[in-house]
Amino acid sequence: MRCVVGIDLGSTTTKAVLLDESGGTVGRGITNSRSNYEVASAVARDEALTAARFHRLERALGATGREAPALGPALREAFRLELHLDQIEGLGEEIARQLATPLYAQHARELGRPLAEVMDLARAEAPGLFRDGAERRSDFFRDLAGAAFLSGAERIARRDGLPFERMLGIFDRAILEVEARPAHRDFGRLLHRAASRVAPTTTPAADGRPPGNGARGRLLEEVARAAAEPILEVAFVGTGYGRSTLPFPREAVRSEILCHGRGAHRVFPGTRTVLDIGGQDTKAIQVDAQGVVSTFQMNDRCAAGCGRYLGYIADELNLGLHELGPLALKARRSVKVNSTCTVFAGAELRERLALGQDRSDILAGLHRAIMLRAMSLLARSGGVSDEFTFTGGVSKNVMATRVLRELVVQHYGEGITLNAHPDSIYMGALGAALYALDDVREGRPSVLPTFMPREDGRGG
Amino acid sequence: MTTPLATAAVKDASQQRQKRMIAEHFERLAAARDEGRKVVYTFVPGNLTELLGALGLLPVLPEINALQSGMRNRSAAYIAEAERAGHSEDVCTYVKCDIGMLKSGNIGPTGTRLPDPDLLLLSYTGCFTFMKWFELLRQEYRCPVAMLHVPYQSDGVITESMRSYVVEQLRRRVVPALERLAGRPLDMDELAARLARSRRAEEDLVAVWESARHRPSPIDGYFGGVYYVGPIFSSFRGTGDAEAYYRELRSEVESRMARGEGPTTPDGPATGERYRLVVEGPPNWTSFNEFWRMFIREGATVVASTYTRVGGLYDTGFRHDPARPLESLADYCLGCYTNLGLPTRTDLIERYIRDYQADGFVINSVKSCNSFSAGQLLVLRELERRTGVPGAFIESDLVDPRYFGKANIENRLQSYFQMLEARRRGGPS
Repeated sequence: MRCVVGIDLGSTTTKAVLLDESGGTVGRGITNSRSNYEVASAVARDEALTAARFHRLERALGATGREAPALGPALREAFRLELHLDQIEGLGEEIARQLATPLYAQHARELGRPLAEVMDLARAEAPGLFRDGAERRSDFFRDLAGAAFLSGAERIARRDGLPFERMLGIFDRAILEVEARPAHRDFGRLLHRAASRVAPTTTPAADGRPPGNGARGRLLEEVARAAAEPILEVAFVGTGYGRSTLPFPREAVRSEILCHGRGAHRVFPGTRTVLDIGGQDTKAIQVDAQGVVSTFQMNDRCAAGCGRYLGYIADELNLGLHELGPLALKARRSVKVNSTCTVFAGAELRERLALGQDRSDILAGLHRAIMLRAMSLLARSGGVSDEFTFTGGVSKNVMATRVLRELVVQHYGEGITLNAHPDSIYMGALGAALYALDDVREGRPSVLPTFMPREDGRGG
Repeated sequence: MTTPLATAAVKDASQQRQKRMIAEHFERLAAARDEGRKVVYTFVPGNLTELLGALGLLPVLPEINALQSGMRNRSAAYIAEAERAGHSEDVCTYVKCDIGMLKSGNIGPTGTRLPDPDLLLLSYTGCFTFMKWFELLRQEYRCPVAMLHVPYQSDGVITESMRSYVVEQLRRRVVPALERLAGRPLDMDELAARLARSRRAEEDLVAVWESARHRPSPIDGYFGGVYYVGPIFSSFRGTGDAEAYYRELRSEVESRMARGEGPTTPDGPATGERYRLVVEGPPNWTSFNEFWRMFIREGATVVASTYTRVGGLYDTGFRHDPARPLESLADYCLGCYTNLGLPTRTDLIERYIRDYQADGFVINSVKSCNSFSAGQLLVLRELERRTGVPGAFIESDLVDPRYFGKANIENRLQSYFQMLEARRRGGPS
């Protein structure tokens, strides 16, 4: 399969989208951004490739009439579990390596065994995280491993009277190392293990080859075929924050503003105004009937009201980011929050909580405060025209979307369609992939980044 | 507001000449006290340099000192000094830079101490801050102020009553104050001779501006332009030096145009003109070359700018006139870009976009300059409506390095250039 790749390297998350040559989305991937941008991009792209292979596998299974709809999600979760277990293994090895460094040499004897035990606990609880229908607070390995380590280490440290802070310090160093290291994922091996998990009726041959008969055998045959089929990435465009340090060839970089405008227009072709709120950027973009940006405004010098603001507020309340919106929806009234500065808003939040005001009511006020900032930016960019599409990580927040809808009616009247898509976080990467597709269609040469070696061996 | 001394890395002969002129001027200032020469501080917009020169008075332009400090990485410390003295974060950073420099010993750009003023000549041309600035300097230096009140051109026309109002002030208050300081009467023939030299230099400057109609433009009318306006905006208008400078500059530009060459930049001659732009608003001085390179890298040439008209608007026909000396000085002050209302500014930018066949226009909105920045978004929308040419809006500051967000500005500019490219192709790519 030939496809094009778009990667959006954001301040909080890195997203990748794969399109086939007809422009259909075949895979999407997301990971947390980290100090090593190249690794973040490679991981997001790997996730997208994995999704693309699953896409094909499920189609193949569907064509052979083998319970594909039921098997697909279970196989995906099993795959994620196998991947997670691989990563836990890598983290355990890195923790052992950290213990062997001079920094921790004197603690190695005391902490070696307990830390191994913590990792065993993390391994043991992993299947529960990836059970069908299980709710996870995050999909990122760093968060899942961090939560598992914290609870395990706390328990063992208390039981054995060990220094919890030191154990945590070792984890912090190890996770940074692991996250900054390029991952070499053997898709076929992981998929085979996953398939064995979901169809464990017979034992595979010792050399790993499918047994050759029965439902299990046919599944493993399809799996082996899906894993072996080459995916040839023929063009690439990258975008995102921190432009001068993007790990992409200069000629393959497109403005995130153009990419977000294009992506939003692709998903909602009636789009004329786009509001994108990411981790630290807010962009108000006007596009024409072809999806070409005609004007834009973005926040300057201050990132109050962006995703990181909500992250800070969630931390203050000891909540997950995704819990903020639903909690704010329960408000009976919206408390007026005066501070737009993130730090002041945090202080105001604590003050109001101390005064006994309801958490939901305060959160409703905070959501209103940030959306008012967005309205000001929209006004500067030329206002809101029909249709209006809300993108970026913050658009997943139900309260943010509701307040935005109210404010649009208040400022611009009824009759403006507000689009918000569950996958709107991918709009920038989608736009980038569409630009890559243009390059292919118009015969322009595309340069692939170094972390994307061509499968035909020609390299990036 | 105003203009730098010649510091670009690649220098034409005219730039070398300008550099020499400036060095000599600062030498004259350093020797002023010993030689008994009187010093007048004044502003760039509405400066009366021919009048000062005719009376042997030496001008000092605090805005130029401030922007020079910005280009030489000294403004941050000067601004901090002024803030310690109680000036708010939101005050015009030229003012704070100047006050900070004063409090740090008043060392000028060439390393010599600037003489204190004997008089502050405040010609008020649209910037309210000018009045407050000299109020502060009057307190610091304890010296007199001569005020020339120039009526705001709100309707875009200079009426006879406006002109006579300015001329009367010149005749009754400003010239007598300057004569008292100089200790001699104004020689009207000397003033006329200086105005005639100004006129010739202005002819050459306008020819330089208009060369940008050519493709590729042989000049950059903003980043390069701030060097071109150096002599005529500052201490040299009406001098033989300025006349020679503009003759030489025009000849260099015409040669480049004949050879089909682009503008001179800090990295050598620009090649491959890709976008022709008009720019509104002052440049950022603390990251001047970095800012310029964001345009050079994309093949963007500025074909006209409004900032290079703050110290005199000549390409709409005005010239100093030796036959009407005070009247033409009045018209000069009334016509400075800072003294124009928003509708007139919008008309002028529209004219530049059309006359110079610009692909786009960029507004650099300066945080601490309300007189320039107020209404700029309205100007942007109106220009887009009238011309169909897309505008970009970026924000920075004059000389406060804290307000130059490189990544943010670069992000916006790159997005803008890619947007122009996409529109040019007529489709999303």
